[in-house]
Amino acid sequence: MKTYDSNDRYIKELDDGKREIALSTDDIHVSYGIHEAIHGVSLAFERYKITALIGASGSGKSTYLRSLNRMNDNISGTKVTGKIMYRGIDVNGDDVDVYEMRKHIGMVFQQPNPFAKSIYDNITFALKRHGEKNKKVLDEIVETTLKQAGLWNQVKDDLHQSALALSGGQAQRLCIARAIAMKPDILLLDEPAAVLDPISTATLEETLMELKEHYTIIIVTHNMQQAGRISDYTAFFHLGDALEYDETRKIFTRPKIQATEDYVSGHFG
Amino acid sequence: MTPRKWDKVATVVLYMISIFIIFVLAFLLLYILITGLPHVSWHFITGKSSSFQAGGGIGVQLFNSIYLLVLAMIISVPLSLGAGIWLSEYAPKNWVTSLIRNAIEILSSLPSVVVGLFGFLVFSIQMNFGFSILSGALALTVFNLPLLTRKVEDSLQAIHYTQREAGYALGLSRWETVIHVVVPAALPGIITGMILGMGRIFGEAAALIYTAGQSSPPLDFSNWNPLYIASPLNPMRSAETLAVHIWKINSEGIIPDATQVSAASSAVLVLFVLLLNFLARYVGNRLYAHLTGVKERN
Repeated sequence: MKTYDSNDRYIKELDDGKREIALSTDDIHVSYGIHEAIHGVSLAFERYKITALIGASGSGKSTYLRSLNRMNDNISGTKVTGKIMYRGIDVNGDDVDVYEMRKHIGMVFQQPNPFAKSIYDNITFALKRHGEKNKKVLDEIVETTLKQAGLWNQVKDDLHQSALALSGGQAQRLCIARAIAMKPDILLLDEPAAVLDPISTATLEETLMELKEHYTIIIVTHNMQQAGRISDYTAFFHLGDALEYDETRKIFTRPKIQATEDYVSGHFG
Repeated sequence: MTPRKWDKVATVVLYMISIFIIFVLAFLLLYILITGLPHVSWHFITGKSSSFQAGGGIGVQLFNSIYLLVLAMIISVPLSLGAGIWLSEYAPKNWVTSLIRNAIEILSSLPSVVVGLFGFLVFSIQMNFGFSILSGALALTVFNLPLLTRKVEDSLQAIHYTQREAGYALGLSRWETVIHVVVPAALPGIITGMILGMGRIFGEAAALIYTAGQSSPPLDFSNWNPLYIASPLNPMRSAETLAVHIWKINSEGIIPDATQVSAASSAVLVLFVLLLNFLARYVGNRLYAHLTGVKERN
């Protein structure tokens, strides 16, 4: 494997007052025990845009993504330092209500993980736990979120069927519907198409393009074409550092860093 | 010999071993049922047992077995759920937890007669419960708790980690996620384990001989006040269960029809345990199908 100088970076400064920033991180370090997986990543994410995080396996892009809504908190021995600024609050602080924060920063995982409940209950369950009891409101949320996720027409007659009977692509879209039912500001997606077939992936991408109007999306993907097709910004991760961050078209046509160029052109490693 | 031939030989040998095991089981089951069932009648199942004359029944013993089973499950189900949930979802990975896990492992392999003597010393003597249903139920709890806990923990562990992450990502706390996501998904396994545990309790004799006792006082089946001394529900009375009854008439029975009563009691006991096993499978499959939307599972 070629070695690249990790000091050779280009990080586009988005927080310049011209754009609305939904979320930004300042010097994020993530370590498991004595092993540091992320060595200080500072990125800002523009509102209502799709940002793709790309990089080889082990580059730390998923770890970084999971630290944004503090999913790494649940893994014992994991330490995340640095600031994650959301609406002027450092959500990585000790006094932050993590559960409340996760309502605003939703997440969809690599493996579709619907609950062993009906399609309807999958979407309404967390809402009910958070205090929404009105059946009319719940019905409406189920319909709108399933429509937004592009699943409504396929399941509208089976809403009370078990979600575990859905296909992989359908289950993943249900997970998206479930996540947006919380009305989050930001949607984190961790390789959401990794286990889907090409047709389901295409549908998923269409869904994401439509969701962009209402949500800020940060997506980890292994699929270069996917990043190119749907994202507005792309961050390239390498060995725990974000080496390049720029508009997607620039990353894919005129990258400024050798490592990025090698990676997007397939000459990496 | 060629690998192909070896495979054939192995297949034949494995088949023969399986057939042998099935044969032994079928023989045992059929023997018990064929010798016992002819003597089973409504009068036998509901009648009073007799001490000296022929024609006694097992009504009280059957009632005692069921009552003890219910009491023991009332005590052990919540305890095993709590312990299993803690071990699976909350316990830190350190030496204390692994010590507890090892202790449970050892406890679950304890011979039931040892559990019975332990129950006798602790519940009957030390705590002064005497030969009573309460002592028996507590001894059965000691006997059953390790296996139930283990089953609960295993069922919860079988639920994929991504299910928990799904809960957390929706802003649910760990407790909410465990109670409303993980436990419901693990319910088929938990219920199956509980019912199988019931079968084990129902057939248990050794743990009860010195705790619930080997006889029952005269019972008044018209008074169900648990505080009344002759009430069938009085937890402080001694109670001979069906399994203990079988052991007793075989070891010191002086009724002339001891062989028949013993055979018939065994048949009833085996039928009950079989019933519980089928129930476990049925309920487990139904719950699984209900939760997953899969219509059938073989």
